[in-house]
Amino acid sequence: MSDLETKPADDTAAGGRVNPVDNKFTRSLSHVLSDLGKNGIFIALILVVVVFEILTNGVLLRPQNVSNLIVQNGYILILAIGMVMVIVAGHIDLSVGSVAAFVGALSGVFAVSMGLPAWLAIVLSLAIGALVGAWQGFWIAYVGIPAFIVTLAGMLIFRGLTLVVLGNQNIGSFPDFYRALGNGFITDVFGKLQVDPLTIGVAIIAIVVLVVQSIRTRRGRQSYGQAVEPLGWFIAKLVLVTAAVLLFAYALATFKGIPVTLIVLAVLILIYGIVMNRSVFGRHIYAIGGNLHAAELSGIKTRIVTFWLFVNMGFLAGLAGLVFTARLNLAGPKAGDGFELEAISAAFIGGAAVTGGVGTIGGAIVGGLIIGVLNNGMSIMGIGIEWQQAVKGLVLLLAVAFDVYNKRRSGGR
Amino acid sequence: MTTNILEMRNITKTFPGVKALQAVTLDVARGEVHAICGENGAGKSTLMKVLSGVYPFGTYDGDIVFENETVEFRDIRDSEAKGIVIIHQELALSPYLSIAENIFLNNEIKGPFGLIDWNKTNTEASKLLARVGLRENPTTKVLDLGVGKQQLVEIAKALSKRVKLLILDEPTAALNDEDSDHLLDLILSLKGQNITSIIISHKLNEIKKISDTVTVIRDGKAIETIPKLDVTEERIIKDMVGRDLEHRYPDHTPHIGEEILRVENWTAYHPQDPTRIMVDNINVNVKRGEIVGIAGLMGAGRTEFAMSLFGRSYGTKISGRVFKHGVEIKTRTVSEAIANGLAYATEDRKYYGLNLIEDIKRNISMASLSKLERGGLVDDNKEYEVADGYRKSMNIKAPSVLSKVGKLSGGNQQKVVLSKWIYSDPDVLILDEPTRGIDVGAKYEIYTIINRLAAEGKGVIVISSELPELLGICDRIYAIAEGRITGEVPIAEATPETLIKYMTMEKERI
Repeated sequence: MSDLETKPADDTAAGGRVNPVDNKFTRSLSHVLSDLGKNGIFIALILVVVVFEILTNGVLLRPQNVSNLIVQNGYILILAIGMVMVIVAGHIDLSVGSVAAFVGALSGVFAVSMGLPAWLAIVLSLAIGALVGAWQGFWIAYVGIPAFIVTLAGMLIFRGLTLVVLGNQNIGSFPDFYRALGNGFITDVFGKLQVDPLTIGVAIIAIVVLVVQSIRTRRGRQSYGQAVEPLGWFIAKLVLVTAAVLLFAYALATFKGIPVTLIVLAVLILIYGIVMNRSVFGRHIYAIGGNLHAAELSGIKTRIVTFWLFVNMGFLAGLAGLVFTARLNLAGPKAGDGFELEAISAAFIGGAAVTGGVGTIGGAIVGGLIIGVLNNGMSIMGIGIEWQQAVKGLVLLLAVAFDVYNKRRSGGR
Repeated sequence: MTTNILEMRNITKTFPGVKALQAVTLDVARGEVHAICGENGAGKSTLMKVLSGVYPFGTYDGDIVFENETVEFRDIRDSEAKGIVIIHQELALSPYLSIAENIFLNNEIKGPFGLIDWNKTNTEASKLLARVGLRENPTTKVLDLGVGKQQLVEIAKALSKRVKLLILDEPTAALNDEDSDHLLDLILSLKGQNITSIIISHKLNEIKKISDTVTVIRDGKAIETIPKLDVTEERIIKDMVGRDLEHRYPDHTPHIGEEILRVENWTAYHPQDPTRIMVDNINVNVKRGEIVGIAGLMGAGRTEFAMSLFGRSYGTKISGRVFKHGVEIKTRTVSEAIANGLAYATEDRKYYGLNLIEDIKRNISMASLSKLERGGLVDDNKEYEVADGYRKSMNIKAPSVLSKVGKLSGGNQQKVVLSKWIYSDPDVLILDEPTRGIDVGAKYEIYTIINRLAAEGKGVIVISSELPELLGICDRIYAIAEGRITGEVPIAEATPETLIKYMTMEKERI
């Protein structure tokens, strides 16, 4: 029983009596502030970038490094997408590093040892990733073994199988088409200009789509009489995002163009963002994580959803394995070591709740980028791996502590 | 001339933007049972949290005088040291520990080297159990006790702390009548041992039965304190809601049509112990526009019946047939049951009914997302519109449908649950304890909604352990005991006595 329950209603009632001008201003301000609070993770990313830009004397945001940031972290970000979905549903997946290594090793067998066409090797590898996910999903969803145990077992099983597949050797020299996944760039076809027009063009198209979509969403909400953010703040946010995208695109354009990894990522973010936000499947994931029993009694087929969630995680782990292998041009027994921890950290830094039900794709991506910038920034500064680990651990702890503190303050409990 | 054991003077407690308590004064005489009533959100729990130190000294204004001494509690341990013990509605026992371990949790009896003296612990626990009238071995795990017995363990725990003032927050909310009676008797016997009790309760008849004084709180203010002789249900209700509730149940003129749903020979067994029959050959039906009650004590198999029917959400070895409009239907999964026009609103909103961390909108749409799907995607705006429609028509008190359900009061949460099921557009709604834990005013609204559903031609089954409620709203009442239907009474012939007779009818033992 809460004694606070009528509070919000009272607040609005009281607000109505205040001088309207004041009221409008304070309401706008409080909206901006609450928005900043909700998007604290973006601000954290900006802070981290600014700090390391200063500490590295401007090396961090050099075009080549910006491009590297994406390519080096691509596979973690791919894993983070699947991981945040798993975490939202109230599960965890510890096996993704091993699964990535396993699929990478198999792709080596397909593409190099067996000499299959690269596209076929890729398709087969991804299918095997999904199968691995189905195997784990079966134990979790239908047998009812906690995901922690199943994927801990999976971590050992697939690490072991990686060694079996590779026979303790590395497989290298992948075909070019395959390598493009990790190393390729798409650049303009007309020749070498200082600033790649294709990259800029794509960025502009992306911005236009974003702006149009934002306006449409806002109009739609208004037409249904929903509250929307103040127009000034709405425009300010769009301008900020546009500026960020343009700067980012400029950096890429002055280096080698758009990394293939970035295209893969952009497509994944778009698709999974829509899945989580707008699709029935996504809604069911949130419902299951928020209250499994209520979801079941609302007719949601919780087992099927959980099963497919892990199939999807296996698929993405496989994809991450391919991107990583392509980047190194090498499938090795140690590949993917510790990836699961970075992906899990990314999801939690990005605001996912340990208890399930809360988390977004966007948050996980930004969380992954924060980790990426930390890694990259500290490497540029010449800080050793030992301190990098310690700092990353601390950041994870602080991020979750901040989240817990925020929730308590807002009266969530 | 009795002396006051406790005087709370001008207690004011403010949360950001809201005054939860406004200059509340409460005097409790030594050795009495003092009842506090009020609607949910009136401030009862806040007042008790101030008293027990959950809200420490300095976060409120006013004085607390306990045994003629002004006290300033910084936390619960401070108040317990003075002999004030609060037992919350949600019991705070550790299920995997024994009774004795729970009683002496954080208060362990230690022997040499600071190790726990188990013999003494268990002996002392036995003595305390005797005082509360619980015949159980102190080494039994709390897990293996029913809620009623767990409540007694909590009281034994309080006694071990040499309690002088015992605060019970809705102690009988989860108990059946028998356990409730036992608990109330125990409170009276503790009174004989000079232990003062404050009891927070919604149940007016039990307040009348055991309390010496009643204080009614409304909107954070103490409305009045009534001595035993002047206590009447009408007066308490009037104080609680601030208006006369002429009728506690809205008028309902039934327009009963043809049969919608018929359940034949429904049987289910215990999920962990498949030899135990929990639902025993039940036959019931409900007609168009009819409100049918199922009266039964807790554990009689009411919820088990409803949940096994609703997509086999409970039990194993389920058998029986279901007919809708005379045609047999299957309800093997929840989605199948929903597709066939059934809805089940659970008795346990927080555990089975709602996603508390989500907003109102998404809770309402949870069982019917396919209706909002357009081209594979959920239409957000339509969802908002639908939810906002329910917010208005069901009078859900919240700033908007984007408010988190966890922050609503019990009554408003229940309205969200009902909205969810009404939106799934069922032909038959099974409402399991639809007014549990919600205040008088909200109850009336829920009854009005139930009437509206019946008037729209739906069949409504209401499961309840509150007989006045069933008698007040139903057209026909089944009684259930030990998993069997033991009686069926049209409302004209139903009295509490006949229903109780059926509800307590035992199986013939061979």
